[in-house]
Amino acid sequence: MKALLHFDRVSVSYNGVPVIHDVSFSLREGEILGIVGESGSGKSTLLKAAMGLLGPGGVVARGDIWYKGKNLPDLAEEELRRLSGPNLAMIFQHAGASFCPIRTVGAQLYEAVNAHETISESEFRKKAATLLQKLRFEDAARILESYPFDLSGGMMQRVGIAAAMLLNPSVLLADEPTSALDVSVQKQAVEEMLLIRELYHTSIVIVTHNIGVVRAMADRVVVMKDGRIVESGDAREVLEHPAQEYTQTLMAAVPRLRLRRGA
Amino acid sequence: MTPILQIQNLKKIFSRDGQSDFTAVDDVSFDMVPGECLGLIGESGSGKSTVANMIVRLLAPSGGRISLDGEDVTDADVRAICRKVQMVFQSPQESFDPRRTLGDGIGESLLTAGRPAAEAREEVARLLESVGLSPDFASRYPHEVSGGQCQRAAIARALAIEPKLLICDEATSALDVTVQAEIVALLSHLMRGHGMACLFICHDIALAQGFCDRLLVMYRGKIVEEGTPDEVIQSPKQEYTKMLIDSVL
Ligand SMILES: Nc1ncnc2c1ncn2[C@@H]1O[C@H](COP(=O)(O)OP(=O)(O)OP(=O)(O)O)[C@@H](O)[C@H]1O
Ligand SMILES: Nc1ncnc2c1ncn2[C@@H]1O[C@H](COP(=O)(O)OP(=O)(O)O)[C@@H](O)[C@H]1O
Ligand SMILES: [Mg+2]
Ligand SMILES: [Mg+2]
Repeated sequence: MKALLHFDRVSVSYNGVPVIHDVSFSLREGEILGIVGESGSGKSTLLKAAMGLLGPGGVVARGDIWYKGKNLPDLAEEELRRLSGPNLAMIFQHAGASFCPIRTVGAQLYEAVNAHETISESEFRKKAATLLQKLRFEDAARILESYPFDLSGGMMQRVGIAAAMLLNPSVLLADEPTSALDVSVQKQAVEEMLLIRELYHTSIVIVTHNIGVVRAMADRVVVMKDGRIVESGDAREVLEHPAQEYTQTLMAAVPRLRLRRGA
Repeated sequence: MTPILQIQNLKKIFSRDGQSDFTAVDDVSFDMVPGECLGLIGESGSGKSTVANMIVRLLAPSGGRISLDGEDVTDADVRAICRKVQMVFQSPQESFDPRRTLGDGIGESLLTAGRPAAEAREEVARLLESVGLSPDFASRYPHEVSGGQCQRAAIARALAIEPKLLICDEATSALDVTVQAEIVALLSHLMRGHGMACLFICHDIALAQGFCDRLLVMYRGKIVEEGTPDEVIQSPKQEYTKMLIDSVL
């Protein structure tokens, strides 16, 4: 399998202070890669580095991030903006909450798509309804006509995830897309992302603290601590038989449900 | 024991322009005793945050009564109750003033309480350490730290004035499981040692089962189930609770 996105010995600093040290990994075509690890270890920073969202103090100090033959940190802002959306899309923790409350969901999605491709509103509605249907939303037309507060928080988060797919990106970068959700909506969001991969062959990087989500979704896992990769490999292997002490500690701390008395 | 918190028939109705009114919290009643950890779980949008926001007086109830430490605070001012109850919000990055350092945000309540500046600075450093952050985080701004680091700073801020009741609204969901375990241990210590009570709103049912003394399940604005964590999780009575437990990955 070919690498679609490749981090090659990447170091990142904020205001001259290094926070990512010499990190290399790749995302293969159609793969779901989970990134887990310590709070503050640099997981969000890795995604922001790829998207050019490090902010004024942040720089990729060393290394390359390759996507389709282009080194992302070298690209001009304008070129990177053209790439994001149709190629690389990002989903945030509060994707659902980022909709404006006083305009319909459909109008806002149309605007987002129109920023990248010229498309008539009726064409857009057809396209959006097809996508939502494929992603198993009941009554797609009604969702597009709804205002955000007519839909539940969980439904909005699912719409937020679906919205990232409107431009049919080849890579989805998701930063804790499920951690604000109750477990039943979380399960639906995980199923939605799996369906996206199945239908569109999208490659996904998911950053999460929820080991259950990683277990349910990821093919491979990268474990981060202090700005470095401590362990990476096949998801089941890393989660069931962690080789490194840090990963072992992490797995031992996962809260487990006691479903039977005395269990 | 006098309850630290008594909630009676609490109600919140949101009115919306050109739309019918929406009942987000519908006749909710419960008590908490000092030192107790009460878990509140349930669907996104079921009204958990709305209940919490009414207790800390960020939202005015549409009906019902709230008393804190034996005193009716239904119509009290936020400032009058913040010495007794503190809340950690769902999105901490938004709950800190972006123009001020984390240290200033954490130290504010100490200064307001009349502590000398030097003493407050030391206390801020100690509080940061108690949530696993080095003291130099005091000089950072909210946008200069990770999600989990900001969440820990928010916990430190809530603990600064040693509240009798701490409300955690998804306060640990952005933390990795080892840091989460440390924070939960810190809260347990404060509950055992200082009698602090904790209303723990949480999506992670396994965490709530291990940490809480009692669980409430909310669904569409109402409390639909209540019991010890093992009762609720091992023999749920409501279909909704069963579905929730089956969804755990
Ligand atoms: N804008 C910034 N300026 C300075 N330091 C920053 C900035 N953003 C992040 N950092 C620091 O960089 C490190 C990595 O942060 P990052 O947000 O990538 O962590 P993370 O792994 O996503 O953590 P979490 O699990 O808590 O979200 C942290 O130590 C953080 O304090
Ligand atoms: N300020 C508001 N105006 C209108 N509706 C609101 C407001 N705040 C919350 N709601 C609605 O009240 C319900 C309960 O929300 P919330 O308390 O945030 O739920 P939870 O914390 O359990 O996820 C949701 O349907 C939400 O959309
Ligand atoms: Mg992060
Ligand atoms: Mg909430």
